[in-house]
Amino acid sequence: MVAAAIIPLLPLLGFLLVSLNVNRLSKTVAATIACGVMLVAFLAAAVTFFTMGESIEISLFTWIKAGTFTSSFGFLIDPLSIIFVLVITGVGFLIHVYSIGYMHDDEGQNRFFSYLNLFVFFMLLLVMGKNYLIVFVGWEGVGLCSYLLIGFWFKNQEYNSAANKAFIMNRIGDLGMLVGIILIFIYFGSIEYSDVLNSSSAAPITLITFLLFIGAMGKSAQIPLYTWLPDAMAGPTPVSALIHAATMVTAGIYMVARNHTLYLASPLTMEIVMIVGLATAILAATIAVAQNDIKKVLAYSTVSQLGLIFVALGLGAFTAGIFHVVTHAFFKALLFLGAGSIIHALGGEQDLRKMGGLRKYLPITFITFLFGVLAISGIPPFAGFFSKDEILAAAFAHSKVIWALAVFASLLTSFYMFRLFFLAFFGNERAGEHAMSHIHESPKSITIPLTVLAILSVTGGFLNVPGALGGNHMMERFLEPVFSRGWLTEGATHANANEEILLMIIIVALTLAVITFAWLTYVKKSTVPDEPDQTTGLTRLLAHKYYVDELYNFIVVKPLYLISKLFYNVVELLGIDGIVNGLGKGVVYGSRGLRFFQDGSIGYYLFVMVISIIVILSVTLW
Amino acid sequence: MLTVFLIVFPMFMFLLLVGMKHSRPKLLSLVGAVIEFGVSVYAWLNFQTIADRQFAFDASWISGLGMRLAVGLDGISLPLVLLTTTLVPLIILSASDKNFNRPSLFYGLVLLMQSALIGVFTSFDVLLFYIFWELALIPIYLICLIWGNEKEGKITIKFFIYTLAGSLVMLVGIIYVFMSARPGLNQGFDMETFLTLGRSLNPREQGLVFWAMFIAFAIKMPVFPFHTWQPSTYTSAPTQGTMLLSGIMLKMGIYGVIRWLIPLVPAGVAEWGTVALVLSVIGIVYASVIALVQNHMKMLVAYSSIAHVGLISAGVFTQSVIGIQGAMIQMFSHGLVVFGLFYIIDIIQSKAGSAEFKDLGGIRNVAPKFTTAFVIIMLGSVALPLTSGFVGEFLLINSLVQYQVWIGAIAGLTIILGAVYMLVAFQRAMSGEAQPFTAHFSDLSTLEKSVLYPIVILIVLIGVYPAPLMSVSEPTVTALVNSLSDLTSSLRP
Repeated sequence: MVAAAIIPLLPLLGFLLVSLNVNRLSKTVAATIACGVMLVAFLAAAVTFFTMGESIEISLFTWIKAGTFTSSFGFLIDPLSIIFVLVITGVGFLIHVYSIGYMHDDEGQNRFFSYLNLFVFFMLLLVMGKNYLIVFVGWEGVGLCSYLLIGFWFKNQEYNSAANKAFIMNRIGDLGMLVGIILIFIYFGSIEYSDVLNSSSAAPITLITFLLFIGAMGKSAQIPLYTWLPDAMAGPTPVSALIHAATMVTAGIYMVARNHTLYLASPLTMEIVMIVGLATAILAATIAVAQNDIKKVLAYSTVSQLGLIFVALGLGAFTAGIFHVVTHAFFKALLFLGAGSIIHALGGEQDLRKMGGLRKYLPITFITFLFGVLAISGIPPFAGFFSKDEILAAAFAHSKVIWALAVFASLLTSFYMFRLFFLAFFGNERAGEHAMSHIHESPKSITIPLTVLAILSVTGGFLNVPGALGGNHMMERFLEPVFSRGWLTEGATHANANEEILLMIIIVALTLAVITFAWLTYVKKSTVPDEPDQTTGLTRLLAHKYYVDELYNFIVVKPLYLISKLFYNVVELLGIDGIVNGLGKGVVYGSRGLRFFQDGSIGYYLFVMVISIIVILSVTLW
Repeated sequence: MLTVFLIVFPMFMFLLLVGMKHSRPKLLSLVGAVIEFGVSVYAWLNFQTIADRQFAFDASWISGLGMRLAVGLDGISLPLVLLTTTLVPLIILSASDKNFNRPSLFYGLVLLMQSALIGVFTSFDVLLFYIFWELALIPIYLICLIWGNEKEGKITIKFFIYTLAGSLVMLVGIIYVFMSARPGLNQGFDMETFLTLGRSLNPREQGLVFWAMFIAFAIKMPVFPFHTWQPSTYTSAPTQGTMLLSGIMLKMGIYGVIRWLIPLVPAGVAEWGTVALVLSVIGIVYASVIALVQNHMKMLVAYSSIAHVGLISAGVFTQSVIGIQGAMIQMFSHGLVVFGLFYIIDIIQSKAGSAEFKDLGGIRNVAPKFTTAFVIIMLGSVALPLTSGFVGEFLLINSLVQYQVWIGAIAGLTIILGAVYMLVAFQRAMSGEAQPFTAHFSDLSTLEKSVLYPIVILIVLIGVYPAPLMSVSEPTVTALVNSLSDLTSSLRP
């Protein structure tokens, strides 16, 4: 089982090789190293997948030990983590290959690949860590790489601010998670999964699970910590695909799924997870409808889809959630890489209003992108259909209201995705002459990953075909050893087969109606969205993302700086230092006063002496 | 004898430098510091990880007062001695492209300072400790005064008087313990006798002694609200002076709390420890918030240092193994990180002519190696896992959450606020378009690499594998905490 331990070490090796020789290596060699380690890591993961038993635990060394606290450095590979490992290394490899073409002209290409490798290393630590602290190492590490890659083009201070925002918002979540981990240590006496997840303890489970969920809110961009993710689109597009769509942002989902026994022990936290997820799914989907930046639409779509997955987790449908993580990784990576291909072809243009009619020029991007759009919209037999159906079925079994709201979010998704699709590929050619003169289909290193992901976006759904459609729930069986404990029975999360098929038909019909509406609006009538500031009412509110950034600025950032200035100028300089200096001055002035009594005049001394003797005598003789 | 060598050798080098007027004082002092480093590493390699004092030397000195020349290394001393012997050669090296007036005196004083610091960390007699404590003040005072960048010396005088006042209060406390010996107890200043004397005091007396000593330590660290001498001193001192102050000297205060305060007056700590802990936690948030609006990089790092030290101090006052072990490793890490940051600022100041944010920006475009070093040191400062900063910060926050969940959570704000001020500072100084000041910023020279790379490597190495350092102090700290809990359980009726 050595293969398993080298999976995360390979990208680390790649990072070290490239980063330590960043100026010495040619672009080709650096790219080959970075992609090569990813390929080998993926193969090692595949070997592990086919040869592993129920789970493997590997301890490398004792990392931190103090008093009763011990954290070893090691890995746990079980069905849950291997699914993530396969997605990370597999999709990660494709995106590395894609980056060869995408970053070819960038002077920082080697640095870019070293960061990507480092990211994969930390991401693998996150999903393979055998205890909470190793997971936390990965958790913070991916945040660092996200920071480095969002601010990759560091001459632009706006990008740097977006990078800072991402890191800081994640750190807010991380504090919650850290305190949660410490509480786990206090109440369970250990931070090893093997000790914690199988024991029952009188721990304040609701507090612990909630604190961990705060971490998930940060990393997986849920309300109220979601605003960093759309800004994170400042990074190069492969980064958006890998980190901010397919892998890192699913860390929160992994963490909740990993701790499902704890979460199931706290119905309250489960409710919170579900509600936060649902609210985020709807909020982000409505914002996405009114965005004109192709990457922003996809970013809000990611936030919304993550919300939907949290709904599944909150309902106890863990397999459905993980299933959607996998299919989402396929089609969202595809969509981002497709968007990157468009941006690349148009020389950096990201505004949907300046695209249009691109299907003629970018045929491969067009077809593959269509696959992605169909998959995310949930059209059978594309991957998103199966995984989304699982979630909606679980919602229906739980409550019709939640189901209706989740369906609403899905329909919005279909709408804004087809809006994007039609605006980019159909209608008039709105790009400038300069861009159109250079337009070209992307090179093979870009189109091949697109094709592979497009195929996965069709076939991915068959990993877990619902029972209602005669499927055998392959993934559910695979994950059974992980989720069996406390796993809700089949009946509780699934409606009966006939009902489920009926629901599928209703949803698909509604989706088709929405798509038709989008077609009428953006193709038939060739509507082009207005400038955000020219819109009115609801559209304007949505275009400005409900003014949440402005709100945060007003209630958090400004007051913080105000308090800071107040502390520094008033409390610090006038108050504390004033007292200190005052004491010093007091001594100086006091001694100046005392100097009057020793002015060297003998007569004065004699006078004081006589008076003193009289006083002392009179006091004593009284 | 090895410990005696560690104390005496730098002092001898000081005399050599000042007396002989050697023609190459930089080289001579560097050689001395490297020998000292080698000897301390030898001690580390031969150190047995047990609680007992090793390489000890103990001789009667002034027998009438029960005063002894007792020095040695135990698990609490050794990490700080190693920190001192690691940083001093780097501090000397970092000055080698500077041309100070009277270089013999300058480098001599740095080594005299080293001697005093090692004396503080290895003394097992409280009066000897006090003598080294005061001795350390003289070279740093002269370094700040003679080579500092202020004209009138007001800031240096303030620093001197402030810390001296604290020390004198400690001396009063020490004498008080000595004089109030209960009948039947031996009077003496060696550690065992002295601790017995302190523990025999009644709780009210212990409370007085607690404050007498805590104030001295609190000023040295410094803990809120005794910190106002520090930012201005850090800014006006020559960089090497600031490195000595922040990298090593402030650890005297934390060390004093662990070695002398907590075991001396357990009842006093039981009564007042919470106050000290809460002050420390207030300092974390207060200094972090203030760091946000600083315009000068040195001021920013000065306030961040107050915040980090506040966390260490708070962890120590939990009196738990996790808290004190966290403090031990974090003292080492903080020394590395703060040294690195001040050196980074020094490089910026000498190459760009300013360390104020308004003059900076765009350095990243022209100096990639410098940027990488800065980023890694910054990550150590914000306690990213797999850097040295995380190990200590995690253990310290852990101990505080165990102490009281909300205090732990408030102290934990440092991981958010620390990221805010450091990242914003990095962005303002390093990113964006180059400014007139920074356009011709040259990347790291060989000399600068030879100072920064060891720091960067140590930050990562300790973050990945802290065991060699932590196992040194574990038995001593465990013994200390156990002796305290035995004591409190015996006090209970």
